[in-house]
Amino acid sequence: MVSFNGRSIVSIRDMSHDDLIKVVETTKRVKHGELSGFLKGKTVATLFFEPSTRTRLSFESAVFKSGGSVFGIANPKASSQSKGESFADSIRTVSGYCDVLVIRHPVEGAARMASELSSTPVINAGDGANQHPTQTFLDLFTINESFGRLENLKIGMMGDLKYGRTVHSLAHALALFGNELTFISPPSLQMPENILKELDDRNVKYKSVADLEDAENCDLDILYVTRIQKERFGDPQEYEKVAGIYRITQETIRLLGEGIRVMHPLPRVDEIAEEIDSMPNAIYFTQAHNGIPTRQALLGLVTGGLD
Amino acid sequence: MARTYKVYSIEDGTVIDHIPTPLALKVIRILGLENEGIMTIGIGFNSEKHPRGKDILKIENRELSHEETNKIALIAPDATINIIKNGKVAEKRQITLPSEVRDILSCPNPNCATNKLGARKHFVLENKGTVTYRCRYCERATVVNADMLTKK
Repeated sequence: MVSFNGRSIVSIRDMSHDDLIKVVETTKRVKHGELSGFLKGKTVATLFFEPSTRTRLSFESAVFKSGGSVFGIANPKASSQSKGESFADSIRTVSGYCDVLVIRHPVEGAARMASELSSTPVINAGDGANQHPTQTFLDLFTINESFGRLENLKIGMMGDLKYGRTVHSLAHALALFGNELTFISPPSLQMPENILKELDDRNVKYKSVADLEDAENCDLDILYVTRIQKERFGDPQEYEKVAGIYRITQETIRLLGEGIRVMHPLPRVDEIAEEIDSMPNAIYFTQAHNGIPTRQALLGLVTGGLD
Repeated sequence: MARTYKVYSIEDGTVIDHIPTPLALKVIRILGLENEGIMTIGIGFNSEKHPRGKDILKIENRELSHEETNKIALIAPDATINIIKNGKVAEKRQITLPSEVRDILSCPNPNCATNKLGARKHFVLENKGTVTYRCRYCERATVVNADMLTKK
């Protein structure tokens, strides 16, 4: 039986098929109010070495809703690191003050390193361009909530697939369940070769297309949209060209099929028109809200409050 | 014109042959033997396997372990190992890529915890065929090349 007690959540790569199912099932029970108060007497430290209001508030809300206490830093300038304390010493010290450590850091691998130094479990809330596993868990939960399954789905991923860690981790996780993937991006922002290689190794069916129109006959169940960052383009004109092509409107929904569900890790800029927000196809705000029960479930599982 | 070896035979120790030229010095670095004992290095011998020639390394009075010789596969997968005892070949050894590599390879990602925060360098084998290793920290997969060897 899968147990998370005492275990750190660093990367989706560490997770088996059964691990992912366990988290999704536990999240469901938390969301439906079957489990509560499981962090009573537990203290959670949130160490955010780079700003991320949304993720931090979501973790703090998750702690309060589960009956726990939370403290931490939201600004690296306010920490001892600004006095020259090493990262390793900060982790060793703070891990003695809490039952679980939630960490966000701009350096890739910082959470893995913290998990090796910490006396308590570590949850990675984002390490640079590498991993953001709690985002992937909430994405999986949202997919399961909408479709009642995690397998045999046709999922399109659109936007910045080269630098977007969200889509890398999600593709990795979905590969464990047997889904068909369609990657929609401009040539300069395609899914990296090494991720495609991994999908090949797992015999995952996928294809890459440049235009949203090419995805019309893919019969997609889900379109996962990510933001294309302006700063990735040297030429602003090139950006404008691309940004225009990858904009979801009511017309797009009609072309892709009325049953399609649109997801987005947020924040969005203008890649999804606001007219979509009130349509039943838009599930990105539900997705964002699912961050709370997902993080509640993970905090409960690693501290032993849930099993 | 082909010429015979002009590298002295050794009585006891380890002979590493078929190292592609000019990687003999890098093999010494991988093994961490820069300041240890007597070694004879031959560079640029004719070789059928290696068009640019091969290097040979003879390490006296030191029988390398399997763990040590497997590290050589990172940059010289075709190298052969002979363990010499009393002037005779006591063991002919094949080398295989190590499943994990610590300390000797640097992660090429400048924003990796091994380069920024002092995490111990640690790679895990991803693909034997392409000699690809994945960094345990930043999780990027890289095809190993001699430039990744840590500077001492």
